[in-house]
Amino acid sequence: MNALNNAPREDAREETGNAELARASAQWRRHRIVVNLLRALVTIVILGGWEFASRTNIIDPFFFGQPSDVAAQIWTWVVKGTAQGPLWEQIAVTLEETVLGFLIGVVFGIIFGVALGRNQFLADVFSPYIKAANSIPRVVLGSIFIIWLGLGLPSKVALAVVLVFFVVFFNAFQGVREVDRNLIANARILGASSRQLSTEVILPSALTWIIASLHTSFGFALVGAIVGEYLGAVQGIGLMIATAQGTFNPNGVFAAMFILAVVALIAESLVTFIENRLITWRPQPVSDMAF
Amino acid sequence: MQSNDTEAIELRSVFKRFRTPNGQTYTALRDLNLTIYSGEFLAIVGPTGSGKSTTLSLLAGLEMPSAGEVRVRGEPLHGLNPHVGYVFQTDAVFPWKNVLQNVVAGPLFRGVAKPTALERARSWIQRVGLAGFEDYYPHQLSGGMRKRVALAQTLINQPEILLMDEPFSALDVQTRTLMEDELLALWSTLSATTVFVTHDLEEAIALADRVCVLTAGPATVRGIYAIDLPRPRHVAEVRFEPRFVELYREIWEDLRAEVMISYERAKQRAA
Repeated sequence: MNALNNAPREDAREETGNAELARASAQWRRHRIVVNLLRALVTIVILGGWEFASRTNIIDPFFFGQPSDVAAQIWTWVVKGTAQGPLWEQIAVTLEETVLGFLIGVVFGIIFGVALGRNQFLADVFSPYIKAANSIPRVVLGSIFIIWLGLGLPSKVALAVVLVFFVVFFNAFQGVREVDRNLIANARILGASSRQLSTEVILPSALTWIIASLHTSFGFALVGAIVGEYLGAVQGIGLMIATAQGTFNPNGVFAAMFILAVVALIAESLVTFIENRLITWRPQPVSDMAF
Repeated sequence: MQSNDTEAIELRSVFKRFRTPNGQTYTALRDLNLTIYSGEFLAIVGPTGSGKSTTLSLLAGLEMPSAGEVRVRGEPLHGLNPHVGYVFQTDAVFPWKNVLQNVVAGPLFRGVAKPTALERARSWIQRVGLAGFEDYYPHQLSGGMRKRVALAQTLINQPEILLMDEPFSALDVQTRTLMEDELLALWSTLSATTVFVTHDLEEAIALADRVCVLTAGPATVRGIYAIDLPRPRHVAEVRFEPRFVELYREIWEDLRAEVMISYERAKQRAA
């Protein structure tokens, strides 16, 4: 292919740079197309195989469901609503719990992380308790929260907060500890007060760590909300899953999972958007060919 | 050049000990006496790990001596020395601030009104040759340009004492010579007392009024040499002058002995 392209204008030296660039970008475009085609193929093979296997009774559709029924289930929910009310309301309820839990958890995580990261004395006092609290599988707290706060929104938010808090807390704490000592010395010599040191040096520096934790912790907030609903609720996607499970409806479980995945992906891209707005100073990662 | 006999900083029989992680004490400085005169350019050379950076930290007040005292203009120093500017060996400009925000940081920290501070920052960015790069972030600049940012950031506070810790050691040789020349040009327009730490004797002689040789750690002063090369100097050319070679040979005799001691020790530790 190279020989074909170059043969007609071997003399045009100054053109080679441009030709090279054009060829690279053409190659890149072709690469994208191939990757996307293969991606679509993977979906088709998996869903098609599943559909085929259940239609031919290789797997029992009663237990495993089948994609066409999952799609039908989603369609029913969209058009006629779920057993607990319209679908958008369930999504809205779960999202509200998730976002509230996420925000509260992040704020508390940052406050405690920065405070303990900056103050060795506080860190020494609290570290055994934090380690102990962190070692509990926190999902079990969901039961306590439902006893304390009831079946409504607060118990789900509380569970999401607890899950998010520790992720953000540890990252903020570590981020503060890892601030380059030279940067701190430099700021102090330039005349920064203790307060300015916190806001102008330590927080921006720790922000890289904190932001990295936001991706994980949004996922945790969603887990908190869903598990909370699962344990006992009157509305929400988690409850839809629990109901589907109770009525032995695998298509319902898969349909709810699909809706959750879409919600999570949208939220994830929102977090990435915020991240890029917050950290404009960071070098752009070398763009990966595949993404 | 503008050196006179008033003392800017004095180290009086200073000791500095550190506690190592395994509980032992490590003596970095031992009975160090050094007087730095107002307006002079003093270079400190010594073998690796000889406490050159520790000396600067004491002068800046970033660390306290274990014994002895640091006197600034005759007064004992407690806490951070408010008269110094410090250019670090590694990059210490703030990566989340652009060039303008980095340079203006000092005056803003010190409570200068924002319009005045910005105006001064722009003029300093111009003086260090970075005009047009105000909006660039450090990661978008070369190593030499980041050093210029660090210089402007430090000098905008108009420090009476400028401390520099191997500032150009990470730069390639050409950039380095260029930066050394620019430093001399800047310095000749300021009245700042400068203490310049380096492991490079050529750099020390080319820049300084006096060169102080430290012993292998625990460090104390092995000797101080007056550099009587005329100013203004051109760093790239001054190296070929007979007087330069003479001074180099003389000081190197001293320095080599210490370097050998430190090298032998490192070998023993490795063995």
